[in-house]
Amino acid sequence: MVTDKKIKPIEVLEGVVIRFVGDSGDGMQLTGTQFSDTSAMFGNDISTFPNYPAEIRAPKGSLYGVSGFQVHIGSLEVSTPGDDLDLLVAMNPAGLKTNLYALKPGHTVIVDTDSFTKKNLEKAQYDANPLEDGSLDNFRVIEVSMTSLTKEALKDVDGLDNKSITRSKNMFALGMVYWMYHREKDHTIEFFNKKFKTKPHLIEANTKVLNAGYFFAETLELIPNSYTISPAKMDAGTYRIIGGNTATAWGLLAAAEKSGLELYLGSYPITPATDILHELVKHKHFGVKAFQAEDEIAAICSSIGASFAGDLAVTTTSGPGLALKGEALGLAMIIELPLVVVNVQRGGPSTGLPTKTEQSDLMQAMYGRNGESPVVVIAASTPANCFNYAFEAAKLAVEHMTPVVLLTDGYIANGSAPWKILSVKDMPEIKNNKVTKFSEDWHPYTRHEETLARDWAIPGTPGFEHRVGGLEKDAISGNVSYVPENHEAMTMVRAEKIKKVQNYIPELKTEFAEEGDLLVVGWGGTYGSLHSAVKQFNEEGYKNVGLAHFNYINPLPKNTEEVLRKFKKIIVCELNNGQFVNILKMNFDELDVYQHNKIQGLPFANGELIEQFKQLVK
Amino acid sequence: METTAEKKYTFKDFQSDQEVRWCPGCDDYVILRSMQKALPEMGVKKEDVVFISGIGCSSRFPYYMNTYGMHSIHGRAPGIASGVKLANPDLSVWVVTGDGDSMAIGGNHFIHVLRRNIDLNIVMFNNEIYGLTKGQFSPTSLIGQKTKSSPYGNTQPPFTPGELALGAKARFFARIGGNVPKDITKILIEAHKFKGTSLLEVLQNCVIFNDGCYTNFTDKAVKEDKQIYLEHGKPMIFGKNRDKGLVLNGLKLEVVTIGENGITEEDLLVHNAKEKDPTMQQMLVRLDYPVATGIIRSFDDVTLEERENALTEQVKANSKFTKADDLFFAGETYEVK
Repeated sequence: MVTDKKIKPIEVLEGVVIRFVGDSGDGMQLTGTQFSDTSAMFGNDISTFPNYPAEIRAPKGSLYGVSGFQVHIGSLEVSTPGDDLDLLVAMNPAGLKTNLYALKPGHTVIVDTDSFTKKNLEKAQYDANPLEDGSLDNFRVIEVSMTSLTKEALKDVDGLDNKSITRSKNMFALGMVYWMYHREKDHTIEFFNKKFKTKPHLIEANTKVLNAGYFFAETLELIPNSYTISPAKMDAGTYRIIGGNTATAWGLLAAAEKSGLELYLGSYPITPATDILHELVKHKHFGVKAFQAEDEIAAICSSIGASFAGDLAVTTTSGPGLALKGEALGLAMIIELPLVVVNVQRGGPSTGLPTKTEQSDLMQAMYGRNGESPVVVIAASTPANCFNYAFEAAKLAVEHMTPVVLLTDGYIANGSAPWKILSVKDMPEIKNNKVTKFSEDWHPYTRHEETLARDWAIPGTPGFEHRVGGLEKDAISGNVSYVPENHEAMTMVRAEKIKKVQNYIPELKTEFAEEGDLLVVGWGGTYGSLHSAVKQFNEEGYKNVGLAHFNYINPLPKNTEEVLRKFKKIIVCELNNGQFVNILKMNFDELDVYQHNKIQGLPFANGELIEQFKQLVK
Repeated sequence: METTAEKKYTFKDFQSDQEVRWCPGCDDYVILRSMQKALPEMGVKKEDVVFISGIGCSSRFPYYMNTYGMHSIHGRAPGIASGVKLANPDLSVWVVTGDGDSMAIGGNHFIHVLRRNIDLNIVMFNNEIYGLTKGQFSPTSLIGQKTKSSPYGNTQPPFTPGELALGAKARFFARIGGNVPKDITKILIEAHKFKGTSLLEVLQNCVIFNDGCYTNFTDKAVKEDKQIYLEHGKPMIFGKNRDKGLVLNGLKLEVVTIGENGITEEDLLVHNAKEKDPTMQQMLVRLDYPVATGIIRSFDDVTLEERENALTEQVKANSKFTKADDLFFAGETYEVK
C-alpha cells in the first residue's frame, strides 16, 4: 500500500505548495477549498488557484478532463499560489501525467492506486504503469488504495450507493493531507454538517472517510515527512477567506451603501465572470436589482437605462462580452452617465480559453469602441483588492459621470486569499452629481469646473426634463449638433474629463527600490507573481530592482513618468503580447523598455521572471 | 405605479423646443401629435415620463417630446427602457421604435421584452421600409417589393409583427393606421393604462420610399370596408354598411354578409381581447381581409416588477442582513492578533 518506509520528525516550514488533481467529477475544487480555508483559520497566509477544464464533465479519466486546485500556504506573506509543488495529490493517472512536471524533485506525490487500471492508464496515454516502470524514481511516491479504503470505511453506513461511496474518496485524501500538515478537521466536519443538513447519512459518510484518511496517515506512521507551517505574521484584525469575484461583488455592495444609491446589475452569464452575478442576485435584502438579460448587449443597455434613472449601474462580463457591449459603452460615454463595467479577462481571441487567465483585453478596454471614446480603466491586482477596486470603479463613475472599466482576470477572480474585512464605515465617501432644484439657467451639459462632470438629472425630477442620445450634442444644451467646431470641442472636453481623474487617484509607488538599475512594471492580476519574483531577486543579492505595479491605467497616475525615469532599464511583464508596454511607449519617449510576455493561459512562474531579470541586470 | 399629476397639461406642455425634421407629409407627425394629445389625458406627471428610442426615423421621436428621453443605439431601446423601469417603477416608460429597429437589429430584445412583461409601452412605427438609410427592404417588406437593396424585388418573406409579438407572449397588442389620430390617441391611453408591456403597431406611411403601401385599406374611401376595428366585447362587424362580419368556419375565420344565407349579427364572433389563449387573436392578426385594427389582445397578467418586488420583500423579511457589514462579518471569519 505504501512504498516509502522512512519516518521523519516534524519539520517546521515557511511555506508549502500543494496541488490536488483528479477527474473533473472527483471533487478536487472542494478538497482544495477546504484545505485552504482550514489553513487560513489556522493563521496561515494563503493563495489559491483553481485550474479546471471548460467541459463540465469531460470524459472520465481523460487528460483534458483533469481538474486541479493549487494552494500555497505560508507563515510569511504569500502573494501567489506558488510555482513548484511540494506535494501533489493525484487521484488518477491522467492527473499524474498532466501535473507531475510541476513537482519539485524529491518531493511527495500521493496517488490512488485503485485508479491506476489498464483502462485509465490508456486514457492517460501511458504505455506502462508509471508506478511500476521507475519513471517516478526521482519523487517520493505514496501509494494508497484510496478507493478500497474508502469503501471499507463506509461498509457500515446505510443508504449509500456505489457512486456516493466512490465520490467521497477525495475526503480520504484530504484527511491524509490534514494529518501531514497538522490541520484540525473541525472546520470541514462543520462544513459537512451545514451542507448535508437534511442528509445525515452523508454527514456520517464524509466524516468517516475524512477521519479514515487522517487516521490512516497517523496510525500507520507511514507518511515520509510530517510538516507544520506556523501561522503567518499578519496585521491584527478580523479576516475571512475571499475569492476575487466575491470581493468584486462585495465592493459594489459597499459602494452602493456608501453612496446611498441602489445597486443595479445587468448581466449575462459568461465564464469566468458569472460568479459576480451569482453573488449579487443573492442580495435582494440590500435592495440589489440584478437582471439577467437575453444577451450581453441587453445587459449593458439595461444598466445604462438604470443609470439614466439614477441607480448605481453595473454590468459584468468577460472579453467576448465586452466586445458585444462596445457600441453601448460608447453610448454611455457620450451621454456621460456613470456605469461600472467589470471585465474578468480570460484567454482570447474569440472564445479563446474561457477558463484560463490572460491580460489581453487591455487594448479592448481602452479603445474597443468606434470614434474617440475615452473611459476610465482601472485594474484590481489581488483577489482581496477586487473589493477596493470595485468600490473605486463605482466612486469614479459616479463622481466623474463616466463609464469605468474594471479589469480583473480569471486568475485573481477564481483565486482566494485572506481578506482583512473592511467595514463600509471605513470606506471613503462617494458624492454624486444628482440635482433636485431646478433653475432656469440649468443645462444638461453644463459642467463642474474641477471634474468636468455634468449633472445627473434623473427622471422624476421636475423641471429637468431633457433628452440625451448617441448623436453629437451641443456643448451646453445637449441638443443634437452637427456644428464642426462643437464636435471637436466636445471630443476634447470628453478626453479632458477623463484626464482630470488623475487629480483624484493615488500616485504610483514603487516597492523594493525607488531608483536603480531595473524597474519591473506590471498591472492588474500579475501583482502576486511579480511581487514575489522581485522580492526573491533582491534577496538573492541583486539590489536596486524596483517594482511598479499599476492599478490605474486610464488615466495613468500623474507621477508615472517621473517614477519610470528613475530607473536605467524597465521591463514590462504582461500575460499578453505586449499591450501595456505600448501604452507606456505611446505616452513616454525614449524609455529603455524591455518586455516579457506570456500567452499560455497561465500565470507567471517565479523562475521564468527571475531569468528575465538576470538578463537585464549584470 | 406613477403618481397622478395635479396640474392639467395641454399638448403644448409636451412639445420640446426642437424643430421637427421628418419629411413633410410623413405619418410620424400624426403619431407625435397623437402622443402629445394623449399624455395630458393619462394624468401622469410630465417629469415621470420617459421616452427611449433606438435608431431610425421613428427614433427621433424623443427629441420632440418635452419629457425625459434618450435617443439610444440601433435596436436596443427595449433593454434601456427595461433598466429605466426596473430602476424606478414609478416612471411611465415608452419605447419608440420602427420595423427595422425592433424586428431586424433589435429582434432579440423585442421578443424578450414582450416575454418578460415589464410595465412599459412600445410604439412601433411600421412602414415596411428603411427610411433613414434611404430605402432598403425591412423585415416587414413584402416579397417582390422593389427597394434600393432589392432592385429586382425582395426575396425575403416578411414578419407579421402581431404574429411575432403574440408568439413572444405579448399581453397587449394593438394595431392602427397612421392616418387616424383620434384612434391612435385612444389606444395610447389604453396602452398606458394597461399593466404590463403594451405594443402598438402603427401602420405608418413613408411618403418618400414606400408611399401608399397601406392605401388599399387605410384610404378613407375604402377603410371601413377593408378594415375591421376590434373592440373588446363587441361583435366582429365591419363595412360601410355595417353588414359584414367574421365567423369561425372550422379552423379559419370567414367573412360573411349579414342578411345573406340567414346570417344575423347574433351569428358573428364577439371579440375577446382579454382571453388568455391567443389562438383567436393570432388568427385576427394574420387576416389580410379585413385587416384587423384596434386592441387585439389585452390580457391582464402579473408583471415582472410585481414578481421581483414580492421576492425582494420576502427575502428582506427573512434575512438577517440589513447592512453590507452584516454580510461581510458573518459566517466564517477569524481573528488575527
